[in-house]
Amino acid sequence: MKILVCISNVPDTTTKITFTDNNTQFNTNGVQFILNPYDEIALSRAIELTEGGKGTITVINVGEVATEATIRKALAIGADDAVRINAKPHDAWFVSYQIADYVKQNAFDLILAGRESIDYNGSKVAGMLGELLDIPSVSIIKKLDIDGDKGIVEREIEGGKEILVIPFPFVAGAAEGVAEPKIPNMRGIMSARTKPLNVIEPVEVKVTSEILNYETPAPRGQVKLIAVDDSASLIGLLHTEARVI
Amino acid sequence: MPVLTYAENAGGKFKKSTFEAVSYARAIADQTNTSLTAISIGDVSADELNALGKYGADKVLNVSNDQLKQFVNQAYASVIADAAAKEGANIVVLSNSFSGRGLSPRIGVKLQAGIADGAVALPEISGDKFTVKKTAFSGKAFATVQLTSVNKVIALVPNSYKVVEKQTAGKVEDFNADIKQSDLKAIIKEIVQATDKVSLPDAEIVVSGGRGLKGPENWGMIEELAGLLGAATACSKPVSDADWRPHSEHVGQTGIAISPNLYIAVGISGAIQHLAGVSSSKVIVVINKDPEAPFFKVADYGIVGDAFEVVPKLIAAVKEYKATV
Repeated sequence: MKILVCISNVPDTTTKITFTDNNTQFNTNGVQFILNPYDEIALSRAIELTEGGKGTITVINVGEVATEATIRKALAIGADDAVRINAKPHDAWFVSYQIADYVKQNAFDLILAGRESIDYNGSKVAGMLGELLDIPSVSIIKKLDIDGDKGIVEREIEGGKEILVIPFPFVAGAAEGVAEPKIPNMRGIMSARTKPLNVIEPVEVKVTSEILNYETPAPRGQVKLIAVDDSASLIGLLHTEARVI
Repeated sequence: MPVLTYAENAGGKFKKSTFEAVSYARAIADQTNTSLTAISIGDVSADELNALGKYGADKVLNVSNDQLKQFVNQAYASVIADAAAKEGANIVVLSNSFSGRGLSPRIGVKLQAGIADGAVALPEISGDKFTVKKTAFSGKAFATVQLTSVNKVIALVPNSYKVVEKQTAGKVEDFNADIKQSDLKAIIKEIVQATDKVSLPDAEIVVSGGRGLKGPENWGMIEELAGLLGAATACSKPVSDADWRPHSEHVGQTGIAISPNLYIAVGISGAIQHLAGVSSSKVIVVINKDPEAPFFKVADYGIVGDAFEVVPKLIAAVKEYKATV
């Protein structure tokens, strides 16, 4: 079984988000970048599924050279080899086209991504890849098992869950619950240095969206503190003052 | 050119987030001086379909086909894109629900459309310029995205646009979808509905618990308070990591981002990752023993106190309040 895991390089979850150039650029100054947590979950499940020589894992990233530290981390966790498509990831459309173009020349049984990246929160790559490759996609999965040439996938739906049987090849976006993230050990870190990391150039893609500017949420007002002895009065305030119940 | 909106149902009933999407799509149709068509797929009664007119749909396309009784995103995306093409619609609006997140990228590729997912406000349209405000950095920021393609797909965050009643004729027509067998490769084996639960992304009120509750055995009072308020239950990441509650209840940056009208956080200190996923809640109530908990800095109402003392008092107060209304 050949598995491709799509990974992105995102600001650490503790990052305070600020912008520069009149709020048109994300301020990367002092920001630590990490492997997107959902992609880490996808990679961890891929490692579990291929344990004992049952397959190989390639990780793919669309990014400039600075993302190689994140790619090496994925190799240290357990991916066999890596591909970096040498371009700034303009948007999900751009990223998906690049990855789909690679997959058209290098077939995989299973393509995993995180359900979304924690920077632009799109949840689009899994669905776009599915459409571009004309194969099934499930955007948010909570569980993934393999049964021969099929995947057994649990998908979250509003108010419940669905269990789907999907023949290979397909694309899935992993969410929490699919696997526990794995921590690279020293052997993994050492071997990651010598694992293949192929750099390829991007294909040309039509631009369909542009981010013009950013804003941060308006600061909230001062908290209104209610004494413990008077805590029952909160319900009245939520009804008469906040008007939310 | 008309706007097309996908009217998503759950068990044959349209959801509140569907009416929000229809209302939002109606407003775009009015902005662009065009009409609004809604498309429903699956087993939905005539009465339900007619209800879409109440929120501004000029026309309702009804796709009722045995092969599409259950949601398969590949097939549904084909049907919706097909309807957009036949209707000549160049703007497609969906809810950014679990299903919508599977559909919008596939529809976007089919229509070669730019996508504004996580939209939180109506688009600004000026000549050729079409911009939409959307969430970014897990709620820590918003981005204004310009869609430069002819066709556009917008996925609206639940609870971010109010339902507006705007009576139109809402004429219902059957729509014959051309279903490709290759779109039906994914087979739904089982559906497990938690019927007594309020869906977290759609919920108007969410009651959430953290490590301050000390153990899963203490969740009864969270569930009781949520039940009385008609709220969904949620939890912080350490709680789902410890298996006190399922991962599906984890709200925050690496869980579900929510924007309810009221978020009640009990025993949650408010780490930056948790705040990221809940800070767009309209009103935040925080109950925590620690007066220095960062959550108090973003809360509208706060009680510095022990959850085991405060929550029972709130439960009694809600019961009293409900007895009077």
